[in-house]
Amino acid sequence: MAQTILHKADTRGYADHGWLKSYHSFSFASYYNPQRINFGALRVLNDDSVDGGRGFGEHPHDNMEIISIPLQGDLEHRDSMNNVAVIKNGDIQVMSAGTGIYHSEYNSDAHNQVKFLQIWVFPNKRNVEPRYDQLTLQAGERHNKLQQVLSPNADDAGVWIHQDAWFNLGGFDKGVSVNYKLHKPGQGVYVFVLKGDVKINDQLLNTRDGFGIWDTDGFDITAETDAEFLLMEVPMEF
Amino acid sequence: MENIQILVICRHPEILATVVRLINNKPEWKATGCETDESAINAFEATKHAVVLIGAGVDADSERHLRQTFTGIHPQVKIVQHYGGGSGLLFAEIYGALNAQ
Repeated sequence: MAQTILHKADTRGYADHGWLKSYHSFSFASYYNPQRINFGALRVLNDDSVDGGRGFGEHPHDNMEIISIPLQGDLEHRDSMNNVAVIKNGDIQVMSAGTGIYHSEYNSDAHNQVKFLQIWVFPNKRNVEPRYDQLTLQAGERHNKLQQVLSPNADDAGVWIHQDAWFNLGGFDKGVSVNYKLHKPGQGVYVFVLKGDVKINDQLLNTRDGFGIWDTDGFDITAETDAEFLLMEVPMEF
Repeated sequence: MENIQILVICRHPEILATVVRLINNKPEWKATGCETDESAINAFEATKHAVVLIGAGVDADSERHLRQTFTGIHPQVKIVQHYGGGSGLLFAEIYGALNAQ
């Protein structure tokens, strides 16, 4: 029988740094909740808003697969591998921090906030060579269907990471339903609702709610309103 | 009250310095950072550390050797792998280790 866990949006951790406002689905920085450390290999899901003209100064990372999905506005990225890029709304960015990387992310629009998801997945191998990639996604390819945006395979759709993880975005009209099949035993899916209401089997979810489901082969997801959501399939043991 | 001693081993000097600085921002914690296995073992022999963080670049053979050495000296020590290289997971990793049975 499927196991589930519900994280309502208003129960997330919250940090207000002035220029940065961040909701944490799992323990992060000074938000520590021993009941919310991770969902399998999914360790961080931050829902960030960065003020205009501000950003994250240069800072290090190691041994983590870091995925950023801008939801509004653009972020300027620089890193110690000499990558300079702008991640736009509609893109997905991935960094394998491995043995160590420095980067900065900056909102170069002086007047408008950037909103983006920052997602960290434990790697399946420590101390890999650092790497960076980004991809522009076609929003039309997730209208009333799932769009794979991340996988473990370099030659598959979307970006890839060092973990048996598959991410899908959906943008469904009210009433549309699909069945999601997990890729293999031992995996779980964390659903994060970006906008609107969806139902997973019989569980209703609202905007910014999170819902984990595991010990199952698959589940139905139905849009109760026009809705956008992200499915993150990860190993439960890693 | 004595500080809680935390040993950090990391091959990447800038990340090591960052992690040590972040830990030492907590008045109740005291971090020692080491880049090499030898210096880490020396530091561990000199001071009773409650927690050891295995950071970036420490390969599996070194980690096995360090774990064996540290638990031989101080069986109750909590040894955890550090992920992320910054403030994001650091405090949860340390709190988790300190609260572990």
